[in-house]
Amino acid sequence: MVKLILKDIPDFHKIDVYEKNGGYQTLKKALGMSQQEIIDEVKKSNLKGRGGACFPTGMKWSFLAKNDKPKYLICNGDESEPGSFKDREIFEKNPHQFLEGVLISAYALGVKDAYVYIRGEYWRWINMMEVALADAYKKGYVGKNIFGTDFSVNIHIHSGAGAYICGEESSMMNSLEGKRAYPRVKPPFPAVIGVWGCPTIINNIETLTNIPEIVKNGGEWFSKIGAAAHPGTLLFGVSGHVNKPGVYELETGTPLMTIINDVCGGVKNGKQIKMVIPGGSSMPPLTREECLTMKMDNESLKAIGSAIGTAGVMIMDEDTDLLKVLKRITKFYYHESCGQCTPCREGCGWMLRVLDRIDRGEGRQEDLDLLISVAENIEGNTICALGDAAAWPVKWTIRKFRDEFAAKIPKHAVTIPILNKVHGVRKETDGFNILKQNNENEVVVSLMGKVQEDLNDESVRYSG
Amino acid sequence: MFENISNHLFNSEELKTVEKHISKYPTKMSAIMPVLWMVQEKEGWISTDNMKYVGQLLELPYEHVLGVATFYTMYFKKPVGKYHLQICTNVSCMLCGGTELFKYVSDKLGIKNKEVTSDGIFSIEEVECLGSCGTAPMLQVNNKEYYENLTLPQVDELISKFRSEASKN
Ligand SMILES: Cc1cc2nc3c(=O)[nH]c(=O)nc-3n(C[C@H](O)[C@H](O)[C@H](O)COP(=O)(O)O)c2cc1C
Ligand code: SF4
Ligand code: FES
Repeated sequence: MVKLILKDIPDFHKIDVYEKNGGYQTLKKALGMSQQEIIDEVKKSNLKGRGGACFPTGMKWSFLAKNDKPKYLICNGDESEPGSFKDREIFEKNPHQFLEGVLISAYALGVKDAYVYIRGEYWRWINMMEVALADAYKKGYVGKNIFGTDFSVNIHIHSGAGAYICGEESSMMNSLEGKRAYPRVKPPFPAVIGVWGCPTIINNIETLTNIPEIVKNGGEWFSKIGAAAHPGTLLFGVSGHVNKPGVYELETGTPLMTIINDVCGGVKNGKQIKMVIPGGSSMPPLTREECLTMKMDNESLKAIGSAIGTAGVMIMDEDTDLLKVLKRITKFYYHESCGQCTPCREGCGWMLRVLDRIDRGEGRQEDLDLLISVAENIEGNTICALGDAAAWPVKWTIRKFRDEFAAKIPKHAVTIPILNKVHGVRKETDGFNILKQNNENEVVVSLMGKVQEDLNDESVRYSG
Repeated sequence: MFENISNHLFNSEELKTVEKHISKYPTKMSAIMPVLWMVQEKEGWISTDNMKYVGQLLELPYEHVLGVATFYTMYFKKPVGKYHLQICTNVSCMLCGGTELFKYVSDKLGIKNKEVTSDGIFSIEEVECLGSCGTAPMLQVNNKEYYENLTLPQVDELISKFRSEASKN
């Protein structure tokens, strides 16, 4: 098994151990190459972004506008998509390879200032990166005239403060500028007009950590690792109902069942899988049948309508209440929507309220189609992809597990007379879920919970 | 740099740090996040007065500072307990007992989400995924240290430890 990032070398996070194992020598090599040569190697490697969108890195780099404005590199360590915890592993176990990747990329792109944006909650890992960066400055790998060349660059660490949306690239640029972090309308794309109005490249931490390996061994070598269309390794963050959750570096295209059974010790308590989310909470889920043959690379997942996302794999066993899971996911996106676009701001709230009423036993027959329709009206109609991220789980979980959701919706509604005319209508506290009031003498209630027990009650009449 | 500003919070050492933050970015406005962090580090939260002060330091209207401070959940706009316990209930944690953990701590301390105990020692907050999904359930204290793979007895121990630390000061 190739390991490009989590190398199993003790104390690899320390600069002298890193140096003893060839650390920062690839930077030296890179400084002897032309900028275009490096970009060409990255293109040849077919490296795709590890931040979620799987965009080819070399292609993104080639879009960087060539004008006389300063160029910026932003390293995206916001890592806030539920189920994702891999970049944190790099900060902890291999910070110098990441920094070396930043330095090589900065050289190739003509960048003088690079910003490492780390989510504020990662206080412990921000401190680790501060230490690593200070060590690299001390040794002269960062700063002025690196390796005696005329290449100089500064790296700055910027702490977030708790807003998922800042992981979205244009939101992150507004955050760095000191504004409210609203995503920007694209185009213009960051590579043309980015942070502080200047051409900007923004890449995920794991993406950049792969760069030294590509420059050291060649793009072609990298392109042959793992799945052809999505080469390299991925740091899979596996969580939920498995015996050994954690971050594992595996080649792309590794079968999902190998990850679950061989790497993670199987599903907890020997249970069956019900559902797996393959790449962070926004990715369309897999059914048990789909899991059995699924290979974990972007192309294989796309073939069934999902995607690799952040490679945060969440495993749910046969006893999991999918309604509760979907409600929690939707609550997250509702909470994190920045509120700029009506479909996202209002749609997330609608979906949450409808899911909540199903959960309270007050669902209506038409609710599942309503949810899918709201999701489809958000999808593609917003400024940033948070709208899609909120819509996909709703649309696909309901489509794929419709029976389970339908079973939570009362099959029949019954009409009952209002007994307590003094108070107008029956109260919910009487144990009835009131769906609507027909007239002053009748209300329609759902046939769940207490109502079912009360069926023998003379006062309850059926209406269908 | 800040001669004309009536100085009610930062000492000269801290003002140097503010200058250092400003020098990291091409615009003064960009230093707002690190400077708000400094205020919260010192005061435990960010008051209106201190937002105005940050505005003076960075030559920004108070309204801008307010706008930024309210955009982010980790900046506290009102005081929290001495030990602010942040418990994740997002999916991976939920699958591993995070929801129960939150309820347990809430019941034990007798406070609801975002409330502070009457002695001011504890407050709790239900938070979103903190990137600790593989070590769930978890809690974070005061935006800083993570406590992971928690069992209820461990939480009891942690709370007693904080309580006795608080009584010493
Ligand atoms: C709502 C939202 C949140 C995102 N969060 C992150 C994140 O935390 N980390 C990340 O690297 N990319 C995140 N992205 C993707 C970035 O916008 C961007 O595509 C990525 O950082 C580019 O890096 P890459 O090409 O190396 O993957 C997010 C996107 C959206 C729409
Ligand atoms: S899609 Fe949602 S999060 Fe993105 S800009 Fe629109 S409202 Fe904000
Ligand atoms: S879901 Fe709780 S830390 Fe990720």
